[in-house]
Amino acid sequence: MSDSRKPFVASGDIPPSPPPSSVVGPIAWVRANLFSSISNTVMTLFGVFIIYSLLAAVIPWLFIDSVWNATSLSDCRSIDNGACLAVIKERYLQFIYGFYPEEERWRPILSFFLMIVAVAPILFAGVPRRVLYLSGLYPAIAYWLIWGGTIWGPVGVVLGLVLAVVAYRLITTTLPAVVGLIGGGLVLVLWWLFGVEIFDGALTSVVDIGLPVVESSKIGGFLLSLIIGVSGIAGSFPLGIALALGRRSNLLFIKALSTCFIEFIRGVPLITLLFVASTLLNYFLPPGTSFDVVLRVVIMVTLFASAYMAEVIRGGLAALPKGQYEAADALGLDYWKSMRLIILPQALKISIPGIVNTFIGLFKDTVLVSVIGLLDPVGILNPIRADQNWNGIVWELYGFISIFFFIFCFGMSRYSQYLERKLQTGHG
Amino acid sequence: MSEVAIDREIDRSKLQVSDEVAIEITMMNKWYGDFHVLRDISLTVNRGERIVVCGPSGSGKSTLIRCINRLEEHQKGTIVVDGIELSSDLKNIDKIRSEVGMCFQHFNLFPHLSVLDNCTLAPIWVRKEPRKEAEDRAMHYLERVKIADQALKFPGQLSGGQQQRVAIARSLCMNPRIMLFDEPTSALDPEMIKEVLDVMVDLAETGMTMICVTHEMGFARQVANRVIFMDQGQIIEQNEPEEFFNNPQSDRTKLFLSQILSH
Ligand SMILES: Nc1ncnc2c1ncn2[C@@H]1O[C@H](COP(=O)(O)OP(=O)(O)OP(=O)(O)O)[C@@H](O)[C@H]1O
Ligand SMILES: [Mg+2]
Repeated sequence: MSDSRKPFVASGDIPPSPPPSSVVGPIAWVRANLFSSISNTVMTLFGVFIIYSLLAAVIPWLFIDSVWNATSLSDCRSIDNGACLAVIKERYLQFIYGFYPEEERWRPILSFFLMIVAVAPILFAGVPRRVLYLSGLYPAIAYWLIWGGTIWGPVGVVLGLVLAVVAYRLITTTLPAVVGLIGGGLVLVLWWLFGVEIFDGALTSVVDIGLPVVESSKIGGFLLSLIIGVSGIAGSFPLGIALALGRRSNLLFIKALSTCFIEFIRGVPLITLLFVASTLLNYFLPPGTSFDVVLRVVIMVTLFASAYMAEVIRGGLAALPKGQYEAADALGLDYWKSMRLIILPQALKISIPGIVNTFIGLFKDTVLVSVIGLLDPVGILNPIRADQNWNGIVWELYGFISIFFFIFCFGMSRYSQYLERKLQTGHG
Repeated sequence: MSEVAIDREIDRSKLQVSDEVAIEITMMNKWYGDFHVLRDISLTVNRGERIVVCGPSGSGKSTLIRCINRLEEHQKGTIVVDGIELSSDLKNIDKIRSEVGMCFQHFNLFPHLSVLDNCTLAPIWVRKEPRKEAEDRAMHYLERVKIADQALKFPGQLSGGQQQRVAIARSLCMNPRIMLFDEPTSALDPEMIKEVLDVMVDLAETGMTMICVTHEMGFARQVANRVIFMDQGQIIEQNEPEEFFNNPQSDRTKLFLSQILSH
């Protein structure tokens, strides 16, 4: 044995060798993470016991003893004592579409797949940028597909945006941007109020392209949840950003307006707002205007979520070091550019967990529309439970709805984690 | 404070001062609420001058140079930069800011952008330059601050000294005519201080007009042509570096120098 305290010079390299199996591999992992100490071992065993009991209860109920073919609950129970999935089998189309006419159901299906395509370039950087044109047009396309009617209505609405941009461009060639914004906005509002109808009528009498109209009262189930949820998410995000910036603005008027809006909307229960949407709003609108109830609900849900969104984003804005604002200013970036290029990208990144939290909350809150008589999944469920045949059935129906919501909410949660990992740029 | 941070010969013949005025501050006053931070500041800076501002903590040094590019607003007196008076006119402010570069104590790089994007952002979005051109110039300046090989990294992956050099390159990409430094080395370890000061000396040799708040007296002695001592919001003493350090006039200056040089 050499004495390690003696003066020493290395005589050669020690070749690298693989680590011993006691520190890598599955056995080492189990030992380190599950049985590293007595208390850890106890907890592991306890956890295994809980999982086992859950599975032992659910698996036979759901898969082994469940009944798929029956006409009523008592029928089910007489066949086997597991889940009575026959009710799902009988009613699942209603859960998906509400009372959407059977021969038109390809339209929501098409809208759904187009939605996936339209959302892809926004969520993932790898998708070709050209798809963004579809994303921009998607709301009009989906509206037309789902509600039907002539194509010229939605085309007219989109055309309004084009006209507004053209007006803005024309005005700003000579006048300042503020005038351009006001002018463009005015063109948009006027066109939407009066132009669209004339345009629609004129073109429909020439070439009548259209789909059979489907009333809002026919739309229900998961379709309705997705319509409200997706429009609410897509609308509340930009609105929330605008409100958050407004609340931090130096312009007193804008600041006061944003603050009042946020505090008011946040201080009122969503159900109240939904009642306003379903009944009161009619009194305020000019007589004769029929403003679709789903559209009204979408607007209310959007406003409600945007107030929360604004506060989440404001938190992100406040968390950024002051130096970031100063550096952007010192380089000569104006307010909008520094917000867009420097501040918002960082503030939104900080706020991702809160933003997704709000999205998930909004999506689940869509079931509240059943209180104003819309047929969202929970609204669909009540007549089924009142049905003589299925009276008394609970777990199967609520479980089915829960699975639907869980898939979407869990998806959003996973996406947000992916995004956070992707935006990680070292500690700094 | 260290006097040995710069260990190279400086070619003083390159340090030319023209008689064109770059910055003219007259009887400028600023208050934070009731607190009178800057009092009757008058200062004329010619093109090519290198001015070092020092003084005890809280004396208003940062506030003074931040007024020059309007990160802070002054309430009385005038500041004229490059012939443009700083008023509340936003157009003027943006114009001046894109002519005046600034480096901060804590670098303030944009952590979500790569080093190269940090440098090209302002030229592309403020000056509307084509990306290619902006990138070429960014690489040129990154080369000059000896950090071109890190261009694609993010700021969070660099050391403090490297980050400060990127920050300097980022300012230079706007081709500023004046550079302001607010304690650029005081958040850095000694060996990094040297690399940043080297870059600043280089910059001085190109004839850049510079105002540096710093306590690096070695840098002040060798590069500055004027040292300004501030206390309680006022300019107490200003002189050429040799005179300033060897023969300070005011008692407050003497006290300050004895404190920082006894380290
Ligand atoms: N935003 C502010 N509001 C109120 N007082 C401020 C503000 N910023 C700075 N001050 C005060 O103004 C004075 C001057 O501050 P300044 O940052 O200019 O000092 P400084 O000379 O740069 O000091 P240091 O060497 O510590 O950086 C200090 O007393 C400080 O407390
Ligand atoms: Mg300071």
